[in-house]
Amino acid sequence: MTTTIERGAAAGADYLDQRTGVGAAVKGFARKIFPDHWSFLLGEVALYSFVVLLISGVFLTLFFVPSMAETHYEGPWAAMNGVEMSEAFASTLRLSFEVRGGLLMRQIHHWAALIFMASIVTHMMRVFFTGAFRKPRELNWLVGFVLMILGLLAGFSGYSLPDDVLSGNGLRITDGVVRSIPILGSYLSYFIFGGEFPGQDLIPRLFTVHVLLVPALILALIVVHLLMVVIHKHTQYPGSGRTDKNVVGFPLFPVYVAKAGGFFFVVFGIIALMGATMTINPVWNYGPYDPSPVSAGAQPDWYMLFLEGALRLMPGQGMEWGIGDYTLSLNVLIPAVVVPGILFSLLALYPFVEAFVTGDRKEHHVLDRPRNRPFRTAFGVAVLTAFLVLVVAGSNDLVAAHFYMSLNDLIRVFRVLFFVGPVLAFVITKRICLSLQRKDRELVLHGHETGRIVRFAHGEYIEVHKPLDQHERWLRVGYEPERPLEIAGPVDSRGVRRKGYRVDKFRQRVSKAFFEDRIEPVTPAELAAAHSHGAHDQLDAGHAPTPTRELEGTATGGGRTLAEPADGSAPDARNR
Amino acid sequence: MKALAARRHHRSAPVVLLLLALLVTGGLYAALAPSPAGAAEASESDIEVGSDLFAANCATCHGMNAEGTQDAPSLIGVGAASVDFQVGTGRMPMENNGPQALAKPPQFDDDQVAALAAYVASLGPGPEIPTQEQVDPAQGDPANGMQLFRTNCAMCHNAVGAGGALSEGKFAPALWDSSPKVIYEAMVTGPQAMPVFNNANITPEEKRDIISYVTAQREGSPGGAQLGSLGPVTEGLWAWIVGIGLLIACSVWIGAKSS
Amino acid sequence: MTDHNSSTDLTPRAGANLPERFSDPGHAPHKLRRADVDPAANKRAERQVVFLFALSVIGTIGFLVAYVMVPPGETVASMRLSNLLLGLGLFLGMFGIGAAAVHWAKTLMNDRERTEERHTLISSEETRNAAVQELKDGVEDSGIARRGVLKGAMVSALALAPLSIAVPLIGEVGEDWDISKFKHTIWRKGTRLASDPSGRPIRAAEVTMGSAFHVIPEDLDEQEHPLDEKAKAIVLMVRMDPRDLKEAPDREGWSYEGIVAYSKVCTHVGCPVALYEQQTHHLLCPCHQSTFDLADGARVVFGPANRPLPQLPITIDDEGYLVAQSDFHEPIGPSYWERLK
Repeated sequence: MTTTIERGAAAGADYLDQRTGVGAAVKGFARKIFPDHWSFLLGEVALYSFVVLLISGVFLTLFFVPSMAETHYEGPWAAMNGVEMSEAFASTLRLSFEVRGGLLMRQIHHWAALIFMASIVTHMMRVFFTGAFRKPRELNWLVGFVLMILGLLAGFSGYSLPDDVLSGNGLRITDGVVRSIPILGSYLSYFIFGGEFPGQDLIPRLFTVHVLLVPALILALIVVHLLMVVIHKHTQYPGSGRTDKNVVGFPLFPVYVAKAGGFFFVVFGIIALMGATMTINPVWNYGPYDPSPVSAGAQPDWYMLFLEGALRLMPGQGMEWGIGDYTLSLNVLIPAVVVPGILFSLLALYPFVEAFVTGDRKEHHVLDRPRNRPFRTAFGVAVLTAFLVLVVAGSNDLVAAHFYMSLNDLIRVFRVLFFVGPVLAFVITKRICLSLQRKDRELVLHGHETGRIVRFAHGEYIEVHKPLDQHERWLRVGYEPERPLEIAGPVDSRGVRRKGYRVDKFRQRVSKAFFEDRIEPVTPAELAAAHSHGAHDQLDAGHAPTPTRELEGTATGGGRTLAEPADGSAPDARNR
Repeated sequence: MKALAARRHHRSAPVVLLLLALLVTGGLYAALAPSPAGAAEASESDIEVGSDLFAANCATCHGMNAEGTQDAPSLIGVGAASVDFQVGTGRMPMENNGPQALAKPPQFDDDQVAALAAYVASLGPGPEIPTQEQVDPAQGDPANGMQLFRTNCAMCHNAVGAGGALSEGKFAPALWDSSPKVIYEAMVTGPQAMPVFNNANITPEEKRDIISYVTAQREGSPGGAQLGSLGPVTEGLWAWIVGIGLLIACSVWIGAKSS
Repeated sequence: MTDHNSSTDLTPRAGANLPERFSDPGHAPHKLRRADVDPAANKRAERQVVFLFALSVIGTIGFLVAYVMVPPGETVASMRLSNLLLGLGLFLGMFGIGAAAVHWAKTLMNDRERTEERHTLISSEETRNAAVQELKDGVEDSGIARRGVLKGAMVSALALAPLSIAVPLIGEVGEDWDISKFKHTIWRKGTRLASDPSGRPIRAAEVTMGSAFHVIPEDLDEQEHPLDEKAKAIVLMVRMDPRDLKEAPDREGWSYEGIVAYSKVCTHVGCPVALYEQQTHHLLCPCHQSTFDLADGARVVFGPANRPLPQLPITIDDEGYLVAQSDFHEPIGPSYWERLK
C-alpha cells in the first residue's frame, strides 16, 4: 500500500515527465556509479566553498555600498568617529559592527575565499600527481586552470572592495605594474581607474567584476567542468577489479547524495566555525584608503603572494632600459608578467607536453600512483617549490621581524633558492619515487616481514615472511612504467628519408632524458625465482621487454623457503 | 660541647654542617661584600647617585662625561625621557652587539632609573619624563590617534602595533606590552632607528591621542582570535592549517570504510 | 644474504608456462561492517545519526536565540560574543546535518561496490560519417559554395559589428585619457609644506635633527579631487646633520640646513615609502623592500626599485615656514613608457 508521500512523488514525477521527458535522465543518472576515495573530495571542497561564497556574498551585497563618495562615520567604533571615508568603507564598518550576523557573514565570506583557492590548488595537485589530466581529460584540465585564474581575479577584486589602506595599496601596486607595460600601460591605467589613481570609478567597477562578471564565468565553467566529469566518468585509483573499461564504486543515490550532499554541510560548518572564532581582514584597523599611510606587513591574500614574492626578489639596478624617449621597466615586467607567465604556462600546458613526449594516445581512466611516474611527480614538486619560495619571499618582512633575521639577507638567500630549490626538489623527489618503487618490488618479491623468527634444528635463524595476497600484489605490479620512445628509422622502406624524423628524434631524446631511469614492475617469473632462493639471475633474457637498460630492484636477504600462507591464517601482529 | 661532639657521627651531621657553612658564608658576604654602586645613603642627591651609577655602568661606552665615544653616542641633551625609556625598558646597558639594542628585563630598579635620568638631564636640556596626565589614555581621542598613528607609525610598527621589520636585521618592536609613558618617551626621543617626533611634529595632546589608540587595541578584535594581527599572511597560513587541515581530515573520514 | 649454493633447487621455475605479466585478480571479497552483522551495532549507528541531526537542530535554535538575545552592542567584547554565538550556532547547525548524512552513508547504507562499464567516447564510424554528411548537406543547401563575394561580405559585416559596442565601452572608460597629468603635481613655487593629515604648515625651526615629517601641500583640501592629487603630492621630509648630506652640484640649494624633502611615492610600483631609519638615513619601502639613501639623493641602495626618489626643492619663506621652490623636476612614482617624453 503506497503512502501519501509515495503517491505525491509519483504524481509529481508524472507531471514533469509528460512535459520534459525527464524519465530518461533519472534512469541514467540516479544510480550512476562513482568511485570512492577521499582525495576525490578536494574538488568538492572547492565547489562547496564557492556555494558558500555565493550565499554569504548575496547577504553582503544587501548591505555593501559600492561607492567612493565621501561620508563621515557615525557608529559604535570609537577609533573611526567622525573620520572621513568612502561610502564603501563606511558600509563595510556598518555591516561589521551594527548588522546582526554581518561580521560573521563577512568573515565566512573571506575565509571561504581563502579555502576556495586553497582547495583549488590542492585539487589541482591531486589531479596532476595522479595523472588524471591525460586523455580524454586534457580539456577539463584547461577548464580547471581557467577556473583557478578566475578565482584569483574574484579574490583580488573582492578584497579590494572595502576600500581600505591595505587593499588600496595593493591597487596602487597594480597601477604601478600596469603602467610598466610598454606602449599600452599608461592608457591601461586610465582605462582601469577611469582617470588618474585612485579616481572615483574603481570601486563600482570592481563591484561589477566581482559580483557579476567573474561569478557568471565561474559558474558557467563549473557547469562545463562537471559536465565533462559526467561524460568522461570519474577516474579511479588502481586496484583489483578496476580497469580502464569500467567504473567501480557506489551509486549516486543514495550513497553520494548522502556523502557528497552531507559534505556540503560539513564544509559550510567548518567555514562557519572559522568565521566564528578567527578574525580575518579587520579593515577597521587599516582605516579608509588614503595614499599616504601604509602598514608594516603589507601583503595581499595568500594566493597572490607568489606575485608579491617575485616583485620583492627582483633586483632593480640596471633593470630599467631607455629606448629613445621611452622607458622599459624590466624590474617590474619580469616578476609581474614574465615569471608568473612562465610558471602558469608550465602548469597549463603540461598535459600536452607529456602527451607529446610519451606519444601516448590511449584513454586513461585508472589513475597513477605518483611513485610510478617519477619524472612527472618530481616536475610537479619542483614547480610547487618555486611557488613556495615565492610565497615565503612575499612574507619576508614578517619572517625577518618575528624570527629576528635580517630582511636583506633573507632576500639574498631567496634569490638563490628560487633557482636552486626547484632543481634540488626535482632530484630528491625523483630519487624518492624510484626508491619507493624499489621498495614495492621488494615487498612483492619477498612479502611482509612478520617479525617471527624461526630457528631451525641445524641452528640457522630466519625471519618468516608472509607473501602478499593477490589483491595487494596487483596494486603494486599493475602499472606500466613510462619507457623511452621507440621511433621508426630515419629512412622508410624504400630508402627515402622520412619526413618528421627530426621531430621524432627530438622526441626520443627528450623521452630518454625523462624516462631512462625507471623501475619495471615485478613479473610472475621474477616472483617465482624469488621464491626459489631469490635466484633472479636465472631468468631468461627474453623476459626483459625493454629496448634499453633497466634498473633492477635489488633484493636483500631473508624470506627463504618458510613462507606463511597467503590467506592470512597465520598469526600476524601487523594491522592490515 | 660534649653533647655536640658525641653526635658528630650522626647521620644528619653533614647536612647540619653544610647548612651552617652556607649560613656563615652568606652572612659574611652580606656583611662584607662591596655594595653595588646603587646602595645609596639617603642624604645623596639623585644627581650624585645617578652620576655614580653612570660612571659604573654607562661610562665605558658613553664616555666619563657622557660626551660619547666611538662605540656610543653623546648623551648630552638627550633628556631624562631618553634615559627613562632606554634604561627603564632594559635596552640599556646594551648586552651584546647586534643590529639594535633589545628590550630585556631592566637591570635597575625605579629609583636607580630616576637617578640616572636626573643625572643625564643635568648635563643639558632635553625631553622630560611625561606626567601621568600627559599619557592618560582615557583623556585621549582614539580616532585622531588612529589618523596620526597610521600616517606616522604604522609603516614600521604595523597598523595596530604588532611590530614590523626594518632593514639589515633591525625591527620596530610590538607595542602590546608598552606602557603609555614608554610610548610617549619613544616618540619624543626617537630611540635608535626610530625618528624623533618632537612636540611640534606631534603635539603632546596628539601624542596622548596616539597612546589612547594604541592601548585601545589591547581589547582584542570583535571577530574572534586576532592571529597576531599580522595581516593576510597569517590568515592564509591558518586557512591552510586549520581550514584545509580540518577539511582533509573530514574527507579522509568520509572516504574511509566503516568498520 | 642468502647463499645460492646450499641446494640444487635452482632450476628456474620461470619458463614458458608462466604469463609475462600479472593479471587483474578481480574484485576483493566484500567485508561486512559491524552494523551489517550485529543488530545492536546497527541500532547504535542509527541512534548516532539521530543524535547528530538533533545536534544540528540545537545549533540552529541556539543561533536564533543568540540572534534575538545577543545584539552586537557597542563594545568590542559584546560584538565578539555575538559573532561567536551566531557562528557556533551556524557551525553546529550545518555540521550536524553533514556529519549525520555521512555517518548514515558509512554505517547503514548499502556499501556493496558495484561495477559499471565505460563506453568509448568516440562516436561510431557511421555516426561520424552521418554527421559529416549532414554538415555537407547543410552547406550545399545554403548555397554558399563558390559565392566568394557573399562569404566576404558576411565576414566583414560580422567582424565590424562588435565595434559599435566595443568602441564606446573602451573609449568612455578612460575619462579624458590625458596621461600628461602623470608629469605634474600640485606643488608650486611658494606652496607651504604642511603636516599630513592635519594640514598645519611647518616651520624650519620645528624640524629638529632626526625628525621625520609626513608632508602634504598646504592647499590640498581645496583641490577638486584631493585623493588623486594627494596620491602624487605626498612628501617625506627629514633633517640630518648637513655634514652627512651629499648634494649633487645640480641640486645645490634644494635642501635647507640639512632638511631634505623627497617624494613619498616609491619609484618601483608606487607604495608610500615611509620607513625612515634615522641613524642610517635609509628610507625603506614596506611593500617590496626598496631602500633609498636620503643622505645621497635618495639613490637606491637595495631592492627592486631602479630610480632614486624625486627630490622636492625647498626653502623658507619670510615667516620661516618651509615652502617648495617648484614642482618636482621629473614625474613622481613608478616608471611608465612615456616617462621621459
